[in-house]
This record gives sequence, structure tokens and C-alpha cells, in this order.
Amino acid sequence: MSVGIVGYGAYLPRYRIKTDEIARVWGKDPESVKKGLGVYEKTVPNLDEDAATIAVEASRNALLHSGIKPADIGAIYAGSESPPYAVKPTATIVGAAIEATPELTAADLEFACKAGTAAIQCCMGLVEAERIKFGLAVGSDTSQGMPGDILEYTASAGGAAFIIGKENLIAEIKDTHSFTTDTPDFWRREGEEFPKHGARFTGEPAYFKHVINCSKRIMERNKLSPKDFKYVVFHQPNGRFPLKAAKILGFDQEQIKPGLLTPWIGNTYSGSTLLGLVRILDEATEGDLILATSYGSGAGSDSFIIEVTKENEKRKNSKPLQSFIDRKDYVDYAVYAKLKGKIKGVKLEK
Amino acid sequence: MKGLPAHWRLLPQRYNLIGSYCKNCSGRFFPQRSICPDCRRTGSMEEFKFSGKGEIYSYTVIRAPPQGFDYQVPYVIAIVKMDEGPFITTQIVDCNPEDVEIGKRVETVFRKVIADGESGIIRYGYKFRLTD
Repeated sequence: MSVGIVGYGAYLPRYRIKTDEIARVWGKDPESVKKGLGVYEKTVPNLDEDAATIAVEASRNALLHSGIKPADIGAIYAGSESPPYAVKPTATIVGAAIEATPELTAADLEFACKAGTAAIQCCMGLVEAERIKFGLAVGSDTSQGMPGDILEYTASAGGAAFIIGKENLIAEIKDTHSFTTDTPDFWRREGEEFPKHGARFTGEPAYFKHVINCSKRIMERNKLSPKDFKYVVFHQPNGRFPLKAAKILGFDQEQIKPGLLTPWIGNTYSGSTLLGLVRILDEATEGDLILATSYGSGAGSDSFIIEVTKENEKRKNSKPLQSFIDRKDYVDYAVYAKLKGKIKGVKLEK
Repeated sequence: MKGLPAHWRLLPQRYNLIGSYCKNCSGRFFPQRSICPDCRRTGSMEEFKFSGKGEIYSYTVIRAPPQGFDYQVPYVIAIVKMDEGPFITTQIVDCNPEDVEIGKRVETVFRKVIADGESGIIRYGYKFRLTD
């Protein structure tokens, strides 16, 4: 039997900040920022949340949805660009918190915004080789944007987890393909608090080149075209890029809109493509074909062709993504700065 | 690095609410006990995982916090009556103090509790939040 998704789970922090509020502080015209980025608000992690706590919450929800025993998980890969430790794997914390330890392999992955889809590929390989029964792939981040930088309007927090296996699949992963180059569009040096980016350079030679080439190659290889898909989801650094990529490739609004979340939650980095996929799986029915293509700066894309099975309707996720999107409280910039640790000295430590 | 082994030993309790169950009297206990306080030597204890669901039995609002918790004030510390019986003292997160009422349903969440300075370990564990 083929490899696929046995269960999935999502998590978003409760707090939100509006684009208008960030623009107010930095003296920008909120309407032009919203128009330019297509982002209206973003999630804000609480002072006691980080990429590890988000990964644990998403993984617990995935476990609940899958119905599998935690001890049957043979691998955990946690993808993030904001892990709480420089050395000490988040995957070990996730493993202990879902009671999957100790008989498993675990590691953290980093590839800007695409470490979560790289984690899925790692799990697929091990499952297909029958080295493990189930693998857990997580993508979570509490991403950083320098105060006043354009990234500050989008860099948010959230995550999603997928259990990969061969039994009771809610969706079959028919194929995966990757496209990787050495492109310096966005980076953060060791010890630096905030990332740097190549501004407009992040578009054509970075995001679009990788997303479009990767998506084209996997469709060509499988003799499929955009009209064969019910849904498409791309990495969502803002609300504009994925719409433009869809248009270039020949997808229409109905195919991309269900999984487009950035306007309301911001860019959750390693969680971005995965959360879009979660939103789609929450409503997809048997036979629906999904194209998912992530993008990670640096740079690379991972594409997946996913076919939804009957099991997805039989075993609906009890914690759909919309419940996390709707559960929100707004904070102003001052509280946001405190929660994000942007005020010097504010830390949850003794 | 004070208390590192103690924290490590308590991970099952702090991460997953692992307590005890007495096979003799069906009593459930949190934190974990090695001897049943009711059955004494006739008791037989085993590990028991609590569901993490319960209701607020009592609570207080902390405005003068201990060291390290300064930036969370005002925050709520509650005694939660877990569905399986035992009471647990815990922080209630993601809410305003005025949202909390005795009898309201709560569920467990996984959160950072405190870090040992800038270079020490991060202590994660259970907290609770109001059920939607």
C-alpha cells in the first residue's frame, strides 16, 4: 500500500495584532501596507509559547486525529527556524510530550519556511522503506521580524503536524518532488536576533522561480495539469505571492482560496504550507487532488501531489483549523512588543 | 544548574499529568504516590494518565509574583478539580482574570513555565486554559 497522511493537527496562538496597529507605530499608511502585502492581521505567541510548545500542541492534535498509539511512531522530525534551543532538539521535547519516546529516531530540521515539508519527505522515505510504521513531521515557528521592517507585518506564529504511514490513510501522497538552489534571499546569521532579506530579490529569483519550477516538474512527471486539481496550496509569505504563483501556473481563485490563510494569520514560516494543507483537508472529500508546494528561503521548494481518501470524511478532525482562526483576542503594539520579547529585559526566566 | 535531575525525573508528571492509581481502592492521585494513603500496605499502585480536563474549584489573581513571573501579571492561579477526582494547582493562561469563574471548564495545555536564566534549561510543563 502507498504512503500518505494518517492524521494531522494544527495549532495557532490566541492573540492577534492588526496590520493597522503596526503601521500606526511606524508611521506607515495602513491601507497601502494591507494592499501591498494582502495581510490584515497576524498571530502573536503568548510569553510562554515557543516553537516547541506549538509543535507539541499540533502533534497532540495530530495524534488524537490519527488514533494511533504514540509508541508506534518510529521517527519525529521537527522543522523550525526559531527553535528554543540552539543545541537540544525540539523533536525530543515533542517525543516526550506525546509519550512516543524512547524507541524512535528524532531530529530537528531547518530550511527557513520549508523545514516542515522536508520533515514529511524524511518520514515518507522511512515509511516506504518499511523502517518505521509511522513518522511524525512537524513544522512550527514563532518567527521574528525586526521592528519597523516589512517582515514585522507578516512574521507570525503557528504550526501543524502530520502523521505519515501506510494504514488508514485520510490522504495518499502520490508523489513528491524538490527544487533546490543556493539563493541568498533571506538569512539569519548565528547569534543574530533578526533575519535579513534581499527585499525585492525575494520575489522572482527566489519564491517564484522555486515554487513554479517545482510545481511544474511534479505535474509534468505525473501528466497532470492545473485543471486536474481541486485545490492548490503554496507557501504564503504574504497574501499576494501565492495568488500570483497560482495565476502564472494556471490555477484559478477557487483552487487556491481555501488554503490561503496569510491574510488572517500571517506567515507562520515552517507551519505556513502545512497549515494551508490542514485547512484544505478539513473540507476535502474523496478523490480530491491537492497540489502542495512549500518554499524555504536559501532556497528550495518541495511539491506534493495528494489524493484524499474516503477515510477523510469518515474521520473528521475534531479540532479544525477554523476553530483556531476564530479563537482570537487582539493586542496593541505595546503588549505585542512585550509578548514577543522586543522590550529589553522582558523574559520568562529567573 | 539547580534541580536539573529533579526536573528530569518529573517530566512525565509535568508534560503528561502522569499520577497514580490504586488497584485496590480505585483511588487516583496527583502528583504521583508510591503508597496509597487509604489502603497503606494492602494498596497496589500503578501509573495513571489524567485526561487534562476538569473545572475551576477555586482561584486567585496574582499581582505580586515570584521572581521570574513578573511580566505575566495579573495572572490566574487556580485549584482545578480534574474529572478523575484529584485537585491540581495550576496557572490558567490565554485569558483575562475577569473571564475566570468557579465551575468553568478547563483543559490542559503545554507551555513554558520558566527558564533557568539566559543559558539554562527551559522548563516546560502543564498549564490549563478555559475550554471554548
